[in-house]
Amino acid sequence: MDFFVILGPVVLLFIVLGFVTYAIFFERKVIGWIQNRVGPNQVGPWGLLQTVADVLKLLIKEDVIPQKADVSLFKLAPIIAYTPAFAVLAVIPFTESLKFADIAVGLLYYMAVSSITTIGILLGGWASNNKYALLGGMRSAAQMISYEIPLVLSVVGVAMSAGSLNLTEIVKAQQTGVWFVLPQFLGFIVFLIAAIAELSRTPFDLPEAESELVAGYHTEYSGFRFAFFMLAEYTYIFAMASLITLLFFGGWSAPFGLTFIPPLIWFIFKFLFFVFFLFWLRATMPRIRVDQLMEFAWKVLLPLAILNIFLTALFKEIPVLSQFY
Amino acid sequence: MEKSYLSLAIFFLLGIALPMVALFFGRLLRPHRPLPEKAITYESGVDPTGDSWVQFHVRYYLFALLFVIFDVEAVFLYPWAVSYDLLRTEMGLFILVEMTIFVLFLLIGLIYAWKKKVLEWR
Repeated sequence: MDFFVILGPVVLLFIVLGFVTYAIFFERKVIGWIQNRVGPNQVGPWGLLQTVADVLKLLIKEDVIPQKADVSLFKLAPIIAYTPAFAVLAVIPFTESLKFADIAVGLLYYMAVSSITTIGILLGGWASNNKYALLGGMRSAAQMISYEIPLVLSVVGVAMSAGSLNLTEIVKAQQTGVWFVLPQFLGFIVFLIAAIAELSRTPFDLPEAESELVAGYHTEYSGFRFAFFMLAEYTYIFAMASLITLLFFGGWSAPFGLTFIPPLIWFIFKFLFFVFFLFWLRATMPRIRVDQLMEFAWKVLLPLAILNIFLTALFKEIPVLSQFY
Repeated sequence: MEKSYLSLAIFFLLGIALPMVALFFGRLLRPHRPLPEKAITYESGVDPTGDSWVQFHVRYYLFALLFVIFDVEAVFLYPWAVSYDLLRTEMGLFILVEMTIFVLFLLIGLIYAWKKKVLEWR
């Protein structure tokens, strides 16, 4: 069993790297199809090696550090951004037995550790000593802290229904009743929007708005240092799609008694749906304006998240509904 | 339980190790031909003007302050939410009333900020 404790995370690391490689490929293909294009199809059969070639190219790129940059912070920033992205995966249970750290405060751990990445991004923007990078970093920090509040508050309803912050317990609470997406629908919508904003994906990709900020906080980064910012971003997609599956869609539990399909496959199905949903959204939505972005978090999502908490408490008192809450 | 915390430590170590190892071995592969022109800060092709470490608008700090307030609220809400069912049977609806009062105070603060147009991004 100790073998699993040491080797399991290493295997997961390679699975995540494989996921990131093919998520990027799949994203480009999906957006290509939606926009009536072919997408990458030159490298390897059906373009399957496109991202592998891109990664190799990044690996042999010269590592340019601007002369005016704060060199030690510049080198530290991608590591600070990436480490929490992988560390949050420790508390994600993939099935009832396939999990790494089974701690009581799993959900809180996820929220707390994932916010460390903001520091890495801000640090990267600051250390570059570049106007675009600093603006992108500041915007990114402002966006991430603003959307973290609704993200954290929208899952309070789930914690009230499940009576636990342990992600395995939250899934078990959904197996006896209905999936939390139905009773916690308001919480789910707030969580989904805030999660997309936390991932800085379209329509909330303002920190990287090419048209005004060149590339945002990683303007000065090249080669593998840049790659680690991108890797952190896609690792968070892996983590966030898993978290939505666990919190609102019953994790590995099978719907309609279709138990002949193994739990892990169910988890992967639901997980992949949310990954696809993010790509679909990127091809569909325009980018929103920065003033709309901030006002939406504080004036719409925050009141709705608080409302969801009290609705959950209220529904617990209504005899017919209380079984679902 | 101890095994869980060992797992967390391994995840953190791996998360630090991957970028370090990749960047170290990348050094053996990538070229290194520094030129003074390469090390100029990027500013759309022209020479950079002025300093980039500038003073920032106060609105960033206002949002940071609001964030701290509501994050602390979340810290209080989580244990309350987890033990809600237990406290509900032990103390009755008082547990809900108590939290309503707490959240109401913060909501008054939010409404004040709203009316003062702090939440607007100008």
